[in-house]
This record gives sequence, structure tokens and C-alpha cells, in this order.
Amino acid sequence: MSDLLDVFLTAGFWAATIRIACPLIFATLGELICERAGVLNLGIEGIMTLGAMAGWMWVYQGGDLYTGVLFAAFCGALFGLLHAGFTVHLGLSQHVTGIGITMLASALSYYSFRMLLPESTTPPKITPFQPLDLGALSDLPFVGEALFRQTAMSWLAFACVPVVMLVLYRTPLGLAVRMAGENPVAVEAQGIDVFMVRTGAVVVGSALMAVGGAYLTMSAFDAFYFGMINGRGWICVALVIFASWRPGKALLGALLFAALDAFQVRAQQQAGAFIPYQVFLMLPYLLSIAAMVVMARKARYPKALLTPFRRGDRV
Amino acid sequence: MRLEPREHAPLWLAVTAPLAAIAVSLLLTSGLVLWAGESVTAAYALLFKGAFGSRFALTETFARATPLILTGLAAAVAFRAKFWNIGAEGQLYCGALATTWLGTGVLTLHPALLIPALFAAGALAGGLALLIPVLLKVRLKVDEVVTTLLLNFVILLLVNYLVEGPWKDPMSLGWPQAAPVIDEGVLPRLVERSRLHLGLVVAVASSIAVWLMFRFTVWGYEIRAVGQNPRAAAFAGIGIGATVLRVALISGGLAGMAGVTEVAGLKGYLTLDLSPGFGYAGIAVAMLAALHPLGVVASAVFLAGIYVGADSMSRGVNIPNYIADVIVACSVLSVLVSLMLVQFRVRWR
Repeated sequence: MSDLLDVFLTAGFWAATIRIACPLIFATLGELICERAGVLNLGIEGIMTLGAMAGWMWVYQGGDLYTGVLFAAFCGALFGLLHAGFTVHLGLSQHVTGIGITMLASALSYYSFRMLLPESTTPPKITPFQPLDLGALSDLPFVGEALFRQTAMSWLAFACVPVVMLVLYRTPLGLAVRMAGENPVAVEAQGIDVFMVRTGAVVVGSALMAVGGAYLTMSAFDAFYFGMINGRGWICVALVIFASWRPGKALLGALLFAALDAFQVRAQQQAGAFIPYQVFLMLPYLLSIAAMVVMARKARYPKALLTPFRRGDRV
Repeated sequence: MRLEPREHAPLWLAVTAPLAAIAVSLLLTSGLVLWAGESVTAAYALLFKGAFGSRFALTETFARATPLILTGLAAAVAFRAKFWNIGAEGQLYCGALATTWLGTGVLTLHPALLIPALFAAGALAGGLALLIPVLLKVRLKVDEVVTTLLLNFVILLLVNYLVEGPWKDPMSLGWPQAAPVIDEGVLPRLVERSRLHLGLVVAVASSIAVWLMFRFTVWGYEIRAVGQNPRAAAFAGIGIGATVLRVALISGGLAGMAGVTEVAGLKGYLTLDLSPGFGYAGIAVAMLAALHPLGVVASAVFLAGIYVGADSMSRGVNIPNYIADVIVACSVLSVLVSLMLVQFRVRWR
């Protein structure tokens, strides 16, 4: 047992926690923005797959890393636009559209991957983002290794949280987004176009999801695998509920979840002899369900979530 | 642009809408065929031939349609009540687990008894798999979309553990698969020298049963009422919780039966690649059928044809078989639009 607790004293554990948390931070923020504007985006799983493939492929074909991230974000935004067109402008079922977008985005990713690369036994690799050297900070004993040897993308993930908070809570734009999710009629009464606000939120949110996917292939690993998102998108949907639609709590939730996931991998190495490894792999999914159960009582959904807005409808 | 509800939708429109959606998705996907540098007409002709062009192709397509009919019904029943069960994949594997547990020697009965017993057990297991999400939804208001989705991964890991561990067949030369279903439990073939089995009859019978339920029974009426207007339904004295619970058990049960047909009918034993996403494809099947139980049979056969045809096409020309998934995804999205156009008229102003 004490061996298990020693895990927390290794720098590798904390570094892994951050590495696991970053894609979740991007994607959870993305989902949060969509839902705050009143649109559930179940396209998240597919958009993350697409981002992972597109960003990686951009670099593999000779592009540089930073434009690769932008390209992934652009692809995500396109699918966000499609989702918004269906759910916001046409008022179609957000559940079915989202599932459809996930199916389409992942199918297109796999198809393009196969088209651009013939089958091979060893997956092709790129040179991913390298840890930034922060000089003295990175050289600090333990803390340096645990926290200050992150890639530029990890820093970007953490930077996104205050930016999203600032925009959502301190700008007129953020107010419009939150109102679009609570009371779209009031937004309309202000002379603001609900359709534009919701579309914008879904597009930006989807771009963030795609960047979350790209983190996996461009910063955490160096290759694209089929099925590599493996439910991370759905976990982010659960994290949004766990965070009660607040960016700060979303960061906390992602970190907590990542810490448990990193711990699970290490516990597996020590207790693997007594407990089958599949039990450990189940933990992240079971934890997400448990977190939702705990928070469901207190959950305060955006009031207009799932409700399409039609101009001129009586309320 | 404004959407105006139609006072009454003509029947021809309702019938042609899904067909138009299919045409649109084939048209959209032809861009991918051009990207692969192949001729669109030749590729689709190959696809069609591979799906329906020979006796072998037809039996393969109908064999593939069997689980799709059942998962499609599972989605149709649940979605009619606006209960978003996206966990058919996991429920299918639960049905497969039940079949493996009872069908590999624990029960030794005459086939006429064992096969129905396996279906009953599979349906029960599938229904039970949905019990946790539905209870969480009814009692604690936990969103069922995420719980059913996440449970898919948990159940697949459980199957992984069983076929690699305690249930691993020692005769399988190291492959992670469970022991085969005993002869009395194997579903008889419908056509000689093919993989088409009795499961198809069960699937079609299920769809008729579900249709009868919706059309003629109080349960069916209650399910539709809860889906269309839960507040009005509650006001009319329909128990929302009880109805949702019933929907979940029926939906999970249907998906569980798909696991039975795959283990006892197609493969003969449980593996980890038993279902290449039948649970998720079931959503496409249900949508393409506009959630109509009888339409599910037709749309399942069509989508099965796309999958089987794409597999055969990708062997002939240089087009990855993922094109089938693209066509299916496109048809989900385009059928949503076309069904909306049945209900609403677009006014350009």
C-alpha cells in the first residue's frame, strides 16, 4: 500500500497528470462553450478524432507544428459550422445531429488517413512538440520535472481557461453567449441575433475540441492510431456536467480526472498481479459516471439547452 | 428563410424523403470516390453488385442486416420516447455474454427449448445493462446519453477480461475467444452453404411485434405520448418513470438479442470483434426508417448492403472500405433534414 502512495512522490506521475489533462481541458472547454450557448454538441468524439488526424497529417505532409494546430482547429470549426447549421438554424435534434457528426467526422478521418497513407505495419511518426525549456524553472529539482517541462500546447491549454472565463463572464459577448443558453428570447429583445451567437459558440467550441484531439497526436504522442480518442470526448461531456458549466471547475475536474487516470496506470503495474488490468481501465469511465451521479442533484443546466430557437415562437 | 409547419404531410412525401436522403448521401460521397481516382458509376456499380448481385452477396447482406434490424429497433423504440439510448453496442455484448454463459454447456436442452432460452437470456441481459442508466435518469436525473455511452466502454472491457481470462477457450490456440456454443444452441441456417441463419426470422418477427405494440397497445400509445409531450402525458395520468423504464427494458432487450444472433448464429463463439459498431449503426438504421419499426427492416437491409458492398468493392478497386461509414453518417444527417422538410414547408422571404 505504501508503494502505491509513493506514486504521488514521483515527478513522472505529476507530469503524466498534466499530459492526460490537457486534451480534456481543451475539449471540455469547447463543449462547455457550446452548452452555455444552449447547444449540446455530441459531435465532440468525432471532432476530436478529426483534429487528431488533421493536425498530425498536416505535420506529416511537411507543414509545421503551429500551423498544424491551426489546421486542426479549422477542420473542427467546419464541423462546428455544420452542427450549428443543423441544430441552430434548422432546429434539428441536437442528440441525433451530434451522433451523426461524430460518425461523419470519424469516418472521414479514417477514410482520409487510409487514402493519404497506405497500410503499413509500423505507424508513421512525426516529431511532436518538444518540452519548452524555461531555464531555471525547468531545472528545479522535482518541481521542475513535474510541472515546468511542458510543451507549448500544454501551456496553451492552461492559458485557455482564464481566457474562456474572462470572455464568458467579463465581456458583452460572453453575456450574450450565456443568455443565448438561458433565455434566447431576451437576447433577441436586446437586438442581438441568437442564431449568430449560438453558431459562433458552436464553431469556436468545436475548434477547441479539435485542438484537444490534435494534442494527442502532436504533443502527447507522435502517431495517429485508429480509435485513439477512445471515449475521451464522452468523458468531456460528463466533465462539463461535473463542472456545473463553469470553466474553472472544468479545469479542476480535468486535472482530478487525469490524476486518477495517471494513478490507475501506475497502480496497474503494482497490483496487476491480483487485479485484472481491465478493471483499472474501466475506472476512468466508471469515475465519470460516478462524478455525474454526485453532481446531478446540484446540476443547473443552462435553461435553454436542447431547445431550438425559432424567431417569433411564443414562449 | 422561415419554416412553416405543414398542416398535413402527403404520404408520397413521407415515403420519398428517406430515399432522397440516400440519393443525396451517395452524391456527396461520390466526391471521395473521385478523390480515390476511380469512376463513380463503376465504383457504385461494384458496391451494388457486391451487396445484392449474387446469391452469396444477398445472403451476406441479409446476415449482416440481422443484428442491424435488432439494434435499429432498439434505437427506434428508445428514440420514440425521447430516451437517448446510445448504448446498444454495450447491450449487444451483454446479450452475447448471456449466450456464451448459458449456451456453452451449462444448459443442455433440445434446440427447440435452448434457442428460445438463449434469446430470452440475451434480451434480459441487454435490458439489465440499461437498468443502471435508466434508474439514474428516473431517480437522480442523470443524463442517459453520457451514461449509456460510457457503459459501452466498461462492458467491452468486461468482455475483454472474460475472453482473455476465465472464459478463454483452451482450444482456441491462444486467440482471445470464448468456447463455442454447443450444437443444440446454434441457430440453424436458412440457406445451405451460407451464413444466413434463423436470427433473421427472429429479427423480422421482432420488428412486426414492435410495430403491433406501437399500433395497437396501450404501452405503445404511452411510449409515443411520453416522447411527444411528457407534460401532457403526465397530465393524462401516464406514469412517466414507469414508461421510460419499460422503454429501456424493451430497447436494451432488443439490442441484447442482436448479441445472441451474432454469437449463436453468425460466429458460434464470443470474440472481441463480434460487433463492428452494430450498436452505433443501429441509430442510423432507426433514423433512416424515420423510427418506424417496419421501416427498420428495409433500412437495415440497405445499410447492411452498403457495408457488405463496400467491403467487396474495396477488394476490387483502390477505395478504403471506410467509405461505407461515410455513406451511413451522411445518410443520418441528410435524413434528418429530409424528415424536417416533410413536417415543415420552407418559405423564402
